[in-house]
Amino acid sequence: MTSKYAQYQPIPIRQLPMDEATGELSPQEKHQLDLLLAAAPQPSGISIDALKLLQASRGWIGDDTLLALAEYTRLPLAALEGVATFYNLIFRRPVGKTVLHPCDGISCDLMGGAGLRRRLSLYLNLVAGETTADHKFTLIPLPCLGACDKAPVMIANQILFERLNEQEIPALLETLAAEQGGETL
Amino acid sequence: MNDEPVSNEPVSDEPMNNAPVDTAPPTKPLTRFIRPGEACWTLAAYLAQGGYRGLEKALGQSQEQLLEQITASKLRGRGGAGFPTGLKWSFMPRGASAPSPKYLIVNADEMEPGAFKDRYLLEQTPHQIIEGLLIAAQTLDADTGYIFLRGDYYLAQQRLTTALAEWQAHCLENPALGPLNAKFKIHIHTSAGRYICGEETALINAMEGKRANPRAKPPFPQVAGLWGKPTIVNNVETYCNLPHIINFGVDWYLSLGLGQDSGTKIFGVSGRVKRPGLWELPMGTPIRELIEVHAGGMCDGYSLKGYLPGGGSTDFLTQAHLDTPMDYDAVGRQGSRLGTGTLIVLDDSYCPVAMVLNLIRFFAQESCGWCTPCRDGLPWAEVLLNKLESGLGEAKDLDQLEALCRFAAPGTTFCALAPGAVEPLQSALKYFRADFEAHITQGCCPYNHSAAGEQHYG
Ligand SMILES: Cc1cc2nc3c(=O)[nH]c(=O)nc-3n(C[C@H](O)[C@H](O)[C@H](O)COP(=O)(O)O)c2cc1C
Ligand code: SF4
Ligand code: FES
Repeated sequence: MTSKYAQYQPIPIRQLPMDEATGELSPQEKHQLDLLLAAAPQPSGISIDALKLLQASRGWIGDDTLLALAEYTRLPLAALEGVATFYNLIFRRPVGKTVLHPCDGISCDLMGGAGLRRRLSLYLNLVAGETTADHKFTLIPLPCLGACDKAPVMIANQILFERLNEQEIPALLETLAAEQGGETL
Repeated sequence: MNDEPVSNEPVSDEPMNNAPVDTAPPTKPLTRFIRPGEACWTLAAYLAQGGYRGLEKALGQSQEQLLEQITASKLRGRGGAGFPTGLKWSFMPRGASAPSPKYLIVNADEMEPGAFKDRYLLEQTPHQIIEGLLIAAQTLDADTGYIFLRGDYYLAQQRLTTALAEWQAHCLENPALGPLNAKFKIHIHTSAGRYICGEETALINAMEGKRANPRAKPPFPQVAGLWGKPTIVNNVETYCNLPHIINFGVDWYLSLGLGQDSGTKIFGVSGRVKRPGLWELPMGTPIRELIEVHAGGMCDGYSLKGYLPGGGSTDFLTQAHLDTPMDYDAVGRQGSRLGTGTLIVLDDSYCPVAMVLNLIRFFAQESCGWCTPCRDGLPWAEVLLNKLESGLGEAKDLDQLEALCRFAAPGTTFCALAPGAVEPLQSALKYFRADFEAHITQGCCPYNHSAAGEQHYG
């Protein structure tokens, strides 16, 4: 279960409760947006970066966040919404502290990926796109993660877990929950 | 990426054993910098093994000389379509009257099902990509480079960011690099995950902050691309070839290929083989050698039923085609495509209908929604395949699936997503017809494994 990315620093887990993300942009967020705007040939070029930046601090992109971004950058709200809803990695609904991205690509499925995802679903009592009641996990399968020779794989906390099998799912989830701090599952 | 000895242990994440680097022309240029157990992605390691020598040579040559060499090398794009790189570059306006700025983009949005070669190059040899990009900039007199990176490639992002910073520092110490460094700026753009962003005009729209729908061509990006300016988009692996062509020469590069295509390629195999992985091999390496020697053959108890030679958007081939060389034209003559050169093996225990269903579901989900055969045709095909897999299929469903493949034929859609999507389906209907029919006559999946409804799980 340990990945070859042991040297890779896991991202800090967001500790804010869901509803704490308000529409207003923090001075720090504004500063980062200014840097993006200054570097971009045209303002619309920052759309994805801006959304990712706000999502990093807020966990997801709520309506109020989108509106605040539109007002600050003077980009059309509809254009930002169009971009925000287009991408797999921009969340327009609240997500749990850890988002689980099992691969649902064909090479993983040839090696038992579907069974792995079924086990995850049953263990967490979720279907794709849902979040656990305790806000710990959200399940968002992604297409081929580019590690097909190590199938089946899953990304969580920006770490790639390779050659997974169904039996190790409970232990892996315990580990990921423990990394979040607080009590375990 | 060890080649020998064949073992049962998957070894592809072990760096390859290459001959110690000397100035002799290598047989595996793209992976010559990758060292077992060493931080081969750092500038120090790259320089120590002879990195940036291609750029050094390029800086002493004229733009015409450089373009001539790239054209003469017969390098073809490694992103899937195999378009000749020199020809593509020749369409970009040059000279004093050319519009500016001119943009170069590294397409690192790898998301083709079964493709995992670009991630390997990005993580292991970020400097090789930067060197290739700089040579392209020198050749085309470009102003800005963007590395358009898949959002999920976190380690690659980290290594590229570090590599760029190392490169900047290196330039400050080397006055000879000053002019190029002053003119050409490189940025990393991380995407947020949509397959269509890999299509070059959709990628340009994505970079402009628009929804990533492909653009109508002409105008081609080489003339009017990013922000309306001349733009070249090439694949990660394509850029990786450039330093070596300039460093070791065109004749050497032409001699690497076994058949009519020049150079080497990172080939990959995934599925139930003994040693899934990646290998750098000459263009034209036979498919049989790839599967049986490098990938170690099928796992015990499994046999080879078919394979997609170039990733998830290429037509199935079978046992009968094993002696085909992995060459653009040779694979094309067998009715499939070399694509990304990453082969997906279907074994006899896995239902071909389920495999095609998985792929069609992916393409249906990733369709940008611009054209009808794709937006409506692919979900319809998914419904029909789900129906078959659930044992509810009827004979007329197969006719409908064939009709849907025809609707999405090349030329009927804005981009190549839909034509690529139906390639595995149309070829499965040809080669695995009996399996499709068995689902209908038996009223269930004969592989006793129903993939129907799997999309509901995580
Ligand atoms: C739906 C779709 C997705 C694509 N994804 C990629 C990709 O992820 N990486 C890539 O290099 N090319 C991709 N391509 C091909 C690009 O459009 C383009 O041909 C390629 O980047 C050109 O580079 P090359 O000439 O070096 O191969 C894709 C094409 C389509 C139609
Ligand atoms: S073929 Fe599909 S992905 Fe390509 S432009 Fe048409 S709808 Fe969009
Ligand atoms: S199919 Fe799962 S990593 Fe490629």
